[in-house]
Amino acid sequence: MANLRSNLTSDHNIKQLDTDHKVRQLNTDRNVKRLDTERILAEKAAEREALKESRRKERAEKLKERTYVEELDRGVYDIKNPNTYEIMLEKGLNEEIVREISSIKNEPDWMLEKRLAALKIYREMKNPNWGPDLSELNMDEIATYIRPKAQMESNWQEVPDEIRRTFELLGIPEAELDYLSGVGAQYDSEVVYHNVKDYLALQGVIYTDFDSAVVEYPEIIQEYFGTCLKPNLHRYSALHYAVWSGGSYVYVPEGVHVDIPLQSYFRMNAPGAGQFEHTLIIVEKGGSLHFIEGCSAPRYNTINLHAGGVELFVKEGAKLRYSTIENWSRNMYNLNSKRAIVEKDGVIEWISGSFGSRVSMLYPASILIGEGARSEFTGITFAGAGQTLDTGAQVVHKAPHTYSTVETKSISKGGGKAIYRSLVQVDEGAYGCKSNTDCQSLMLDAQSRGDTIPTIILKNDDVDFGHEAKIGRIDDQAIFYLMSRGLSEEEAKAMIVRGFAEPVAKELPLEYAVEMNELINLELKGAIG
Amino acid sequence: MSKMLEVKNLKVAVDDVEILKGIDLEIGRGEVHVLMGPNGAGKSTLARTIMADPQFEEVEGNIYFEGENINEFSTDERAKLGIFLTFQNPLEVAGISVEDFLRTTKMELTGEDISVLKFKRELQGHMQDLDLDQVYAERYLNVGFSGGEKKKGEILQMSVLNPDLVMLDEPDSGLDVDAVRIVSETVADFLSDKNKSCLIITHHSVILESVKPDFAHILIDGKIVKRGGPELIERVNDEGYNWIREELGMEKVHDEVLD
Repeated sequence: MANLRSNLTSDHNIKQLDTDHKVRQLNTDRNVKRLDTERILAEKAAEREALKESRRKERAEKLKERTYVEELDRGVYDIKNPNTYEIMLEKGLNEEIVREISSIKNEPDWMLEKRLAALKIYREMKNPNWGPDLSELNMDEIATYIRPKAQMESNWQEVPDEIRRTFELLGIPEAELDYLSGVGAQYDSEVVYHNVKDYLALQGVIYTDFDSAVVEYPEIIQEYFGTCLKPNLHRYSALHYAVWSGGSYVYVPEGVHVDIPLQSYFRMNAPGAGQFEHTLIIVEKGGSLHFIEGCSAPRYNTINLHAGGVELFVKEGAKLRYSTIENWSRNMYNLNSKRAIVEKDGVIEWISGSFGSRVSMLYPASILIGEGARSEFTGITFAGAGQTLDTGAQVVHKAPHTYSTVETKSISKGGGKAIYRSLVQVDEGAYGCKSNTDCQSLMLDAQSRGDTIPTIILKNDDVDFGHEAKIGRIDDQAIFYLMSRGLSEEEAKAMIVRGFAEPVAKELPLEYAVEMNELINLELKGAIG
Repeated sequence: MSKMLEVKNLKVAVDDVEILKGIDLEIGRGEVHVLMGPNGAGKSTLARTIMADPQFEEVEGNIYFEGENINEFSTDERAKLGIFLTFQNPLEVAGISVEDFLRTTKMELTGEDISVLKFKRELQGHMQDLDLDQVYAERYLNVGFSGGEKKKGEILQMSVLNPDLVMLDEPDSGLDVDAVRIVSETVADFLSDKNKSCLIITHHSVILESVKPDFAHILIDGKIVKRGGPELIERVNDEGYNWIREELGMEKVHDEVLD
């Protein structure tokens, strides 16, 4: 008999993973071999410190300026640059536009064919008949391709001032110097910066923008592209394959451990536009990687669309951690698709923070095809006023002795909706599997909504399966307790929410955990009163 | 010279049911008062109302602290004035350690930056007084604490935050003999500073032997029905409350459980 445990209490017994500590330990302990000399580094360090300090001040000022009017002012995230572009295709979607994107990119014919096939699928498919209302999203009003006035550079100084400045205020170049081993930065439809530390390149690690990868690594891209995340999965994955632009390609050779994270940052500046970056990562046998994805955009009154595609290939015994901090503006439809195929004894770890967007539908999927493969998903979603964040995870156990955990925290306030939706499927032959889900929702007021909609399909009896869900409101007595020690109501609530979010925060590298706490504090402003 | 705390004709209700029916109470600087009474009389309600617990509705009356009317003051504002309440059942707050929590609140209360190291030393001193293990400071606030650890934690918070008026709501209930002794000594030591005032709610005489209240107030059915000194405490401990009820012409209660 399947060992089916399901209850509505809070005790979450999921084994806490100590992997993040290991990663952190490695980050600090490892004596990274740099090609630059110590002297140059020291000189640069002083320069950097001064620059960092001025940025920090500027950033702090910007953060301070946040006020709550009709909608949150999201400070640095809301910086808008003038909309000057080299190319901005007309709004809407048709074959001509798809051909034009392909021709602008000078793509090989096979890629154009894939785009056109996807377009055909897109036209045949309808919006899902479940989940958030997407009727407001009109593709005739979305420009699918916008090329900024910039070339891709591997030196920030070469990136045009205005664009560089945006990324500087978002802290990206700083992060690169401090705790990343490679960075990609996409601005609207094109990647404007890409760089990876030399020592990784020497070990055969490839980290480049996806457009370049199509040209430079055609065989491997042709072999993998669209095989994990298929165009016919749903309407917006078809759309993605028709108009994709930008994104990242990462290749980690057999046995190579990339011990310092790589990060791609996706920034949308243009109003009424779509961003469709494609991320493809292959971690070969026994390799490991931590990849971080960040996204944000300023707020406009027009609808924007993000329909990226993420394909992850985790080979035998390999390990990939994929972290996302998403802070899209409140005019964004975030219909992103992410999927990982995990082979024997491989591990995929998803860390997901969803804060922004008007509507999100995001359910990263792990397909466990090899015996002993594991998937661990940790996610937090924060839905404020006017937001519907329909997020969760999917795991398909296709092989015996595969293992999955899902741990999510959803927070809603100001009438926001945070919905946890998931699928856990265990196939016929996948005996001896273990799966545990723990999803908790915290509602900060009576107007907000938190729901959990799990789907569980067990096709064999030899499964150890656990599912726990808890939906609750913030406890007035807990707030009273903290206030009786001198904390304001706002601080008390923030402390409780941070505590609620902590299991996710501790999975993130320190700097991102700080960022996440900052986002929580930002979201809580205006939640009070 | 005004009293530290003055409560005048305080009436408090929950869901339209009156719990406190006109309380008068004055606590002067350096004084220790004990609030006694049978279960359900409204003792905790009084202490919590003084701390502005939102679940209680103040129907009528006034509360003054150092001569200032604080009826409209929020809980955190009252805390900043120097009022402190230990909770019978402190709430669990995940994600923040005892040490971080106390340092944050201490800085909030004093408005001063406190260095991590200096604070750590101070905290460890107080923890030793309460016979708390070093790792206690690193644990999340009240999460997974035993009953005793929670109670001691409340006293630890009192020692660290150093308020002027401490309201101790059954600080000794559910503790073993050793723990009662340790808590009693810590509280007595804290109150040896004659600028501190205390309102203690308890059913037990052990802690009162250390804390030595100057005044006792007997609360029955939402009203303070008798006041006195140490002799009153002794009599209640020996005889319970029925003799008071008898004096007042109230119905006696049999088999009253005094914990």
